[in-house]
Amino acid sequence: MLQLNGNSNLIGDATLMDLRRGEAAVLEGIDLPGDEARRLMELGFLPGARITAGLSAPGGDPRVFRVDGSEIALRRETARRMTVRLEKAPRTR
Amino acid sequence: MSDCASCHDCGATPVLETPLSGATATRPVALVGPPNSGKTTLFNRLTGMRQKVANFPGVTVEQHTGIAELSDGRAVPIIDLPGIYSLSPRSEDEQVAHDVLKGLRPDTPKPEAILLVLDSTNLSRHLMLAAPILALGTPTLIILNMADDLRNRGGRVDVDALAAKLGAPVALVSARQGDGIEQVFDFLAGAMPKPLARELPVLQDVPKCREWAGRVGSHARYRAPAPPKWTHRLDRIFLHPVAGPLVFLAVVVAVFQTIFTAAVPLMDGVRRLFEITGHWLTAALPDSLFRSLLVDGVWTGVGSVVVFLPQVLLLFLFIGILEDSGYLARAALIADRTMAKAGLQGKSFIPLLSAYACAVPAILATRTIENKRDRFATILIAPFMTCSARLPVYTLVIAAFIPERQMLGVLSTRAAALLGLYALGFVAAVATAKALKSSILKSGRTQFVLEMPSYRWPTWQSLGLRLLDRSMIFLRRAGTVILLVTVVLWILAHLPLQGGHAPAIADSLAGRGGRLIEPLIKPLGFNWKIGIGLITSLAARETIIGTLGAIYGMDPASHGVALQKAIQHDLTPGGALALLVFFAFAMQCISTIAVVRRETGGWKWPAFQFAYMGALAWVGAFLAKSLVA
Repeated sequence: MLQLNGNSNLIGDATLMDLRRGEAAVLEGIDLPGDEARRLMELGFLPGARITAGLSAPGGDPRVFRVDGSEIALRRETARRMTVRLEKAPRTR
Repeated sequence: MSDCASCHDCGATPVLETPLSGATATRPVALVGPPNSGKTTLFNRLTGMRQKVANFPGVTVEQHTGIAELSDGRAVPIIDLPGIYSLSPRSEDEQVAHDVLKGLRPDTPKPEAILLVLDSTNLSRHLMLAAPILALGTPTLIILNMADDLRNRGGRVDVDALAAKLGAPVALVSARQGDGIEQVFDFLAGAMPKPLARELPVLQDVPKCREWAGRVGSHARYRAPAPPKWTHRLDRIFLHPVAGPLVFLAVVVAVFQTIFTAAVPLMDGVRRLFEITGHWLTAALPDSLFRSLLVDGVWTGVGSVVVFLPQVLLLFLFIGILEDSGYLARAALIADRTMAKAGLQGKSFIPLLSAYACAVPAILATRTIENKRDRFATILIAPFMTCSARLPVYTLVIAAFIPERQMLGVLSTRAAALLGLYALGFVAAVATAKALKSSILKSGRTQFVLEMPSYRWPTWQSLGLRLLDRSMIFLRRAGTVILLVTVVLWILAHLPLQGGHAPAIADSLAGRGGRLIEPLIKPLGFNWKIGIGLITSLAARETIIGTLGAIYGMDPASHGVALQKAIQHDLTPGGALALLVFFAFAMQCISTIAVVRRETGGWKWPAFQFAYMGALAWVGAFLAKSLVA
């Protein structure tokens, strides 16, 4: 379990799952067991990283996220455990 | 790093036999890199055909070794380690890489040097792996791969500045096109400078490592390339809510068509080849028991497995194209939600599809699944899929017992029965997967993480080497295990001698074996003749047909209709249904058992699988018989 900046409750508990295609957010914390969180961090999901939601499988799960130059697909269960700070003006591609 | 010069000859690890020690006595050079860094392409480029694949003893990690030949004729052994994101040993892959690099594995000497392969189009993240690798103190060449992509997409990096910052030589190469490869050979020849002083981050701290990697990158004036335009364009089709599944379906149909339709003439060709050469052998050798052993035992037995080679090759050609092009990751993404319902994941889909041809290549194809528990679950259920060796048995029994009638206008009764058997195997697979994934192979649903590589053209070299590699594994099975089993089965069918001649099969050891297991199979409605067939079908399922033909004393060439008549004599309709169900569930295939042992690194899983599938087959067959009776 890893929680950094404590100000996430200012915006509510937004998670990666709340992002729609083309929207971006800044990662705040990963609420997953240590090993899993570490694997995600090694893939670029670090607190403070900017993450853009991309395409998904039919039905929206799993979804591809663009982070640190790579595209990584996560299941809904994983995305739900990753809290984010939404960017003020979501961009659409 | 200062103590690294002494480490060269520190003698901490005794130089033991390596797979390559026959060719050269030097310690190997290790090839390390994250997944999707093009490491395997570079390995192929460096070693060409001079490769070997085996398993690291005691674990399920595949060990690729090869020899790079330098211009001065020296041969450098290269060991291709599994793709890793970090050196902290958590997964089995990382443990093996960690142990090899630190010289902790008794079977592999500590590497003389390291080739660290990183994707130059994603350098900031991939550089994170440089920290733990450089901290090892082994002379290291940092290879920035995919230079062509970086250039084409407008990225750049200052190689000299990077080398200065890292205190290690850096080479910008394109393994796919061969650009810059000479720098790697120069390093192997010892022409590259020795490591210098450098500062490294705290290795356990991922954010610190990433920060360090970013700093190093910006020092080297790294400019990340523009996003891959073509990949995004293609993904808009392949991951489109409507077009995506349609493309996926087309790919699945193409795979299916290839392994069932296109492979058939080739398989018939191989079968004919074995028949013709068998006749030659019969004609060339004097009539003796030895000839019978050679032709009926060894040659026919090996042929019955080699027949599947065309299917295996076509299947791996397909999987190779799908994987190397990057589509496999998209297919896995699309299939994931459906597979997750059975507790599996998207990457299990293609191996399970392959299992409809043959479980052996399917199990070899599970290599693409990184999560070990998901991989084992896929291996354990793959033999439930209706493989092509079951078809001749199904066809024979269905033709003998089910009258041909039209049902619902479109489907004949026989086709419906066949479909039912396919469905039965599928349901057993799904139920088993669910049971396994909620018990002994349980893993969290959050552990599925799938990197989407950019689309690339597969190279002929990489496809060719992959086919060679997989077919060698397959043929080695046929050449060793199957050879042994067929010889043993032949001996069982031809001993004890009666007056210098082989006995009638009923009086042979196999016949006695059939009688011995008769009490066990009697409740299923099988007599000792079927029992013999069950024993011999362990070599390959369809062998039971040849065996029954031999028991009923029929010419194998004309046994079609006559054999149907004969088994109608020996089986009740209930027994026939029981036999079908038994074949749907039982793991009667030595090749599969052998390959599961290889891929799971021991006898535990194949033993469990054999017992489980056997028990299920018995119970299923018993229920089927009781149902009809």
